[in-house]
Amino acid sequence: MVSAVFHSPLEASGAVPTAASPPGGVAPTAPTHPKPPAVLQQRIDLAGLGRSWMQSLVPPLLGMVILIGLWALFTVNSSTFPSPKQTFDAAWVLFADPFYSNGPNDQGIGWNVLQSLQRVGVGFGLAALVGIPLGFAIGRFVFLERMVGPLIALLRPVSPLAWLPIGLLVFKSANPAAIWTIFICSIWPMVINTAVGVQRVPQDYLNVARVLKLSEWQVLTRILFPAVLPYMLTGVRLSVGTAWLVIVAAEMLTGGVGIGFWVWDEWNNLNVKHIIVAIFVIGIVGLILEKALVALARRFGHDD
Amino acid sequence: MTTDNSGFISVEGVDMRFATKKGSFHALRDVNLKVAQGEFVALIGHSGCGKSTLLNLVAGLLKPTSGVLLCDRREISEPGPERGVVFQNHSLLPWLSCFDNVQLAVERVFGGKEGKASLAERTRSALALVGMDHALGKRPHEISGGMKQRVGIARALAMEPKVLLLDEPFGALDALTRAHLQDELLKIVSRTRSTVLMVTHDVDEAVLLSDRIVMMTNGPAATIGQVMSVPLERPRDRLALAEDTTYMHCRKEVLDFLYTRHRHAEAVAA
Repeated sequence: MVSAVFHSPLEASGAVPTAASPPGGVAPTAPTHPKPPAVLQQRIDLAGLGRSWMQSLVPPLLGMVILIGLWALFTVNSSTFPSPKQTFDAAWVLFADPFYSNGPNDQGIGWNVLQSLQRVGVGFGLAALVGIPLGFAIGRFVFLERMVGPLIALLRPVSPLAWLPIGLLVFKSANPAAIWTIFICSIWPMVINTAVGVQRVPQDYLNVARVLKLSEWQVLTRILFPAVLPYMLTGVRLSVGTAWLVIVAAEMLTGGVGIGFWVWDEWNNLNVKHIIVAIFVIGIVGLILEKALVALARRFGHDD
Repeated sequence: MTTDNSGFISVEGVDMRFATKKGSFHALRDVNLKVAQGEFVALIGHSGCGKSTLLNLVAGLLKPTSGVLLCDRREISEPGPERGVVFQNHSLLPWLSCFDNVQLAVERVFGGKEGKASLAERTRSALALVGMDHALGKRPHEISGGMKQRVGIARALAMEPKVLLLDEPFGALDALTRAHLQDELLKIVSRTRSTVLMVTHDVDEAVLLSDRIVMMTNGPAATIGQVMSVPLERPRDRLALAEDTTYMHCRKEVLDFLYTRHRHAEAVAA
């Protein structure tokens, strides 16, 4: 994966000088010759560049245009559902001042998003702190796997929102209860993926460790951790994705400042334009989280 | 077996049974073998005959069900850097560069006794020995299969092992690369005078490289069927040997053992 992404530009740029160098090589005897091929080369590259832009940019733009077009078409005569224009105008106002604060119940959309991200960050961070070591232990010790495996299988399909009342009961406050919900929903992918990663460390690598007589600590840091890292990062990605899904619902129930509560608040105000803006904002933030984590996974991934 | 051999590696009455889901599997039966210091011994046999199992026993990666294995008059109870292993599929750690893969082994063996510069020098010279000093910073996925195997050999050599254990080291390579690496191995071993035990299923490879060829019967309950000396002068040259009568005779002997007297069970059935 890494090589495919990072090598192709190198190879492409490497191909240009080699293709241009034969004329360059005979340059001393025929100094006028190198120029035309070089220009030609440039023109071809520009065409190629244009083509790749066409391929990567045009289809998504077209999709977006069709979506907005259909939306406009269906809302021409609607009085209840806002048109794209009305929504865009509302968004313009919202994003003009995303960080205002008029007390706890009236804050800019920026604050709401940041509050939600903070809850996700704390809940997810705690889940990683517990889940990754637990996954390592489960992957390493069969007894533990047999002990905890059925419990995980039982609890994992439960909607994390079912845990919200337990959180409210224990913490007696909305914010920790929401974080608790995020914790529950993001711990499973990390436990399971880390455990699977540890179990799938090739025996060859462990044999290498045995022949070299590496210490337990060295086995962990030099062999196990790097081998498991790609699995772990997949778990992290799934966790963050789920957490971002769940936070909206959790905040609708708990209230306070946050993008989920903001959606619910705007529904109570019957401000559908803001709800649509919120949907886009939630989508974009989720997309950015996903892309960032994919980039991270690529950075630490390794091909055999 | 010959008594003048000092028995640097000594396998005495080894039985190996594996516990499987269908019950116990008898892999090796009453294996006895002595390898002298500086000797190059090839283990050959059909697939599934337990030759890799025997190698893993000498490596210490497996423990025999009964019997004893000795290396330099000490019992082999666990793997150790004095027995360097080159694995069949190179087993380089993909997250480390070629240099770091070898350096990991070097640090482990010499880390307590030598300074950083000296350790790095050992790594560099081991990689130079296998002709890979041009790719120190490359990761395993950036180099070819033959190159990976070279780095695997460099890792084993860098530990300055008393014994070099090779498990079909060239099995996964194309014929040209294999021939090239065989020649390299001959040169390296003649320089380092290592004791080598190599598993192979390639008759030519066995005859070309080794001093003795240990032929194994088919499993289950495989054992050593015949041991043949290869009385060819060293250094050996692949091209000159191609028409050498001793070489052809040795080759014929091994083929005879493998395909006439101990045909593979599946081949017989077919």
